[in-house]
Amino acid sequence: MANTVQDHGHAEDHGHDHDHKPAFFARWFMSTNHKDIGTLYLIFAIFAGMIGGAFSGMMRFELTEPGIQYLATFSHWFGVANPSFDEQLHLWNVLISAHGLIMVFFMVMPALIGGFGNWFVPLMIGAPDMAFPRMNNISFWLTVAGFCSLMASAFVPGGTGQGAGIGWTAYAPLSTSGSAGPAVDFAIFSLHLAGAASIMGAINFITTIFNMRAPGMTLHKMPLFVWSVLVTAFLLLLALPVLAAAITMLITDRNFGTTFFDAAGGGDPVLFQHLFWFFGHPEVYIMILPGFGIISQIISTHSNKPVFGYLGMAYAMVAIGVVGFVVWAHHMYTTGLSVNTKMYFTAATMVIAVPTGIKIFSWIATMWGGSLEFKSPLVWAMGFIFLFTVGGVTGVVLANGGIDDNMQDTYYVVGHFHYVLSLGAVTSLFAGFYYWFPKMSGKMHSEFLSYLHFAVFFVGVNLIFFPMHFLGLQGMPRRYPDYVEAYAHWNWVATLGYKIMAVSILIWIVNVIYAFIWGKKAADNYWGHGANTLEWTLSSPPPFHQFETLPVIDDNAHH
Amino acid sequence: MMIFGDRARRAGSALRALGLSFGMGLAATAAHAQEAVASAAASPAASGSPSAAGSYVPMAPTPGVGMPVNGGLGFQPQYTENGQYALWFHDALLMPLIVLICLFVLLLLIWVVIRYRKARNPVASKTSHNTAIEIVWTLLPVLILVGIAIPSINLLSKQFKPAPENALTIKVTGNQWFWTYTYPDNGGFDVNSYMLNQPGQPKINADVREVGSKPWDGPAQLEVDNRMVVPVNEPIRIQTIGSDVIHAFAVPSLWFKLDAVPGRINEKVLTITREGVYYGQCSELCGARHGYMPIAVEVVSRDKFNAWVQTHSGGVIDHQPKPAAAPAAPAAAASAAPAASTAASAAPSASTAPGA
Ligand SMILES: [Cu+2]
Repeated sequence: MANTVQDHGHAEDHGHDHDHKPAFFARWFMSTNHKDIGTLYLIFAIFAGMIGGAFSGMMRFELTEPGIQYLATFSHWFGVANPSFDEQLHLWNVLISAHGLIMVFFMVMPALIGGFGNWFVPLMIGAPDMAFPRMNNISFWLTVAGFCSLMASAFVPGGTGQGAGIGWTAYAPLSTSGSAGPAVDFAIFSLHLAGAASIMGAINFITTIFNMRAPGMTLHKMPLFVWSVLVTAFLLLLALPVLAAAITMLITDRNFGTTFFDAAGGGDPVLFQHLFWFFGHPEVYIMILPGFGIISQIISTHSNKPVFGYLGMAYAMVAIGVVGFVVWAHHMYTTGLSVNTKMYFTAATMVIAVPTGIKIFSWIATMWGGSLEFKSPLVWAMGFIFLFTVGGVTGVVLANGGIDDNMQDTYYVVGHFHYVLSLGAVTSLFAGFYYWFPKMSGKMHSEFLSYLHFAVFFVGVNLIFFPMHFLGLQGMPRRYPDYVEAYAHWNWVATLGYKIMAVSILIWIVNVIYAFIWGKKAADNYWGHGANTLEWTLSSPPPFHQFETLPVIDDNAHH
Repeated sequence: MMIFGDRARRAGSALRALGLSFGMGLAATAAHAQEAVASAAASPAASGSPSAAGSYVPMAPTPGVGMPVNGGLGFQPQYTENGQYALWFHDALLMPLIVLICLFVLLLLIWVVIRYRKARNPVASKTSHNTAIEIVWTLLPVLILVGIAIPSINLLSKQFKPAPENALTIKVTGNQWFWTYTYPDNGGFDVNSYMLNQPGQPKINADVREVGSKPWDGPAQLEVDNRMVVPVNEPIRIQTIGSDVIHAFAVPSLWFKLDAVPGRINEKVLTITREGVYYGQCSELCGARHGYMPIAVEVVSRDKFNAWVQTHSGGVIDHQPKPAAAPAAPAAAASAAPAASTAASAAPSASTAPGA
């Protein structure tokens, strides 16, 4: 990957930088520029993340102690003046559903794939833009439309109360006969839009990566971030149509009298779960693989050393992607699977630990013998390695079908997947943010605030999610607004952790504001010679159109 | 008696000490049970419509058994053989293994921070391959995983051992938002099980008493008006089904969780080795009151179970394989009700979900 570059295009690019920028409305609302669309995706993801994060804050406050304390107040915020007790409980289900859907479809995916993917895949492979710039634009705006549909669902009837209270998994028959009213239809439509957007984005990335690499950049010379987005795009392309089919069947079951998931008409509720998780498990890797790519870039840069075992790293991601498609029913161990089925899914799921282990060890081996500079992205990346390891090993525990019987749908699972996502994917997002923010904005952030952000965030998220393992082992079920007195202690700790985490987000916002107002101008390659992918040959921010003359990758460069 | 709601909520260790003192005061609990006999006669509403008054009194739970404890760190103690095996597998193998892996990664990270920081190691090596070590860190995890897979597969095969033909069958139906326990081998009566209301909280279930109003009541949000009563040390065939949406029948201290899906019957065997009350909660999102449909399994001796059965109108004692546990009276009852037992054996054929 690490390539020496003869950059012919650089000087010329600076020349007509400003000539090509359209006026405000045309630039931001009709954009075909991959960097502008990437910026839009990032801003959108931050906005959606704030809402999804606020929902989780509301949930954490309600869970501070046993009993129902705040749900009535929250109901007022959603325009329900006198909520019945059941309506308050329904609001809880709306919150958990919306939190999950927002964080998955409108925060992590837009930020990692739409944001960093759009920004840096073309830059890293030496392409002037994405292959289909207009499709890129519609991908973004469909995502926004999907988000609006999801938000709208919270204000229309959804059965017991306003909004879709079906969980992000939308299991039938709770999502069909169990939820009257249009809210669930709005939520499903939201997923259709977001799914269509992601499928188009996936097609765009695959085409771009296969056809628009600079001369000399073979697949085996691509930076690992590009590899990660390529694998992710294939997962999206194969998984999302299955989700689309499943939720379309929900729509027809709900509105047009079909009985795909209704046993009374010959259907099967469990079929929905098979379809959902055939999408849902690859989706987990869709959210984490681009993070893997970012972490590889950062570790190599700040170790001043090429990635250890480049091919192993690339094909480990391919392996994770492939195996990720044949393990889905480990989400369904308690649905009544047969013994052979459970044995197969137990074994297949554990296989994933092997390529994941290769990645963890290769990251450490990359640092081994390196010359480590502890810039903020590296600190975040090392945090990622540890937190992801914790989330990974609890996954190995959950993989055991016989053990999972006592963990399924408990807080242990919540702790596990938040370690992988909230502490894994989100940590990789912040790592990538500090790594590339000056490249994207042209302004340096404060390294001090970045360290502080990391330290506070690290303490906060661990306090939130580590005790959830204890709660889960003790049997606390997930998706409960109220709980038995005996779960009070660790829930109180988790809410304390949330408050600390919220402070870290404020530090991050201050850091961004600081950068835009007082930040020093960023040099072309502000991380020094360890950063040797193509984006570092360009100015910060890069010219509006880059690589008008394609860079040529040195044949002798090797990883 | 036990007002769990008033316990200090943040002092986990203090609470465990408290739990211990409760445990040592078992004698006191037994004394309560004696009182309960007297009070049950006065208030027959406790469970169904009692025909043999006073012969069955609900059991008081042992604090810390069959329920979570505040500040607890691990699994609840297990009261089935499979549960104990699973607990051993988790606590003795999986847990130490994952802790070791995390510490190993942490140690490596700390080491590279100390040894390979720029001040200490100004010139980075150019090494980017080492086939030997790459093979090691691929094969070693494979070996570890094979080591895990053996007990894991073993556990699964134990859990899926089919019930003996004449095992007592209980059909568990999940409803929004209560459980129905049907005893087809005992005359087919139904027991509807609702969560008890909490004093000072919104009333969840109309016509159901408040928790703490009977001496045998367990923790709030776990205790129900009518428990699922089962005999101890006998294999019980649990069949779950949902009547509206999917629910999940789960009891952590029995290592048991099985979804109750509308339109299909799931089946699993449960053999509980200790008398007591074991609590669980619905474990699949089922709508607004998902959090308020707990499960309480009361495990009693065969004699007491038979007495309980007879408190239900139409309740007949099932034929049992254990002669010691089924004395003369029940045997007579069984032969007197052949219709009931044939009906039971013709009950919904056990299909262990073929869905996959
Ligand atoms: Cu339920």
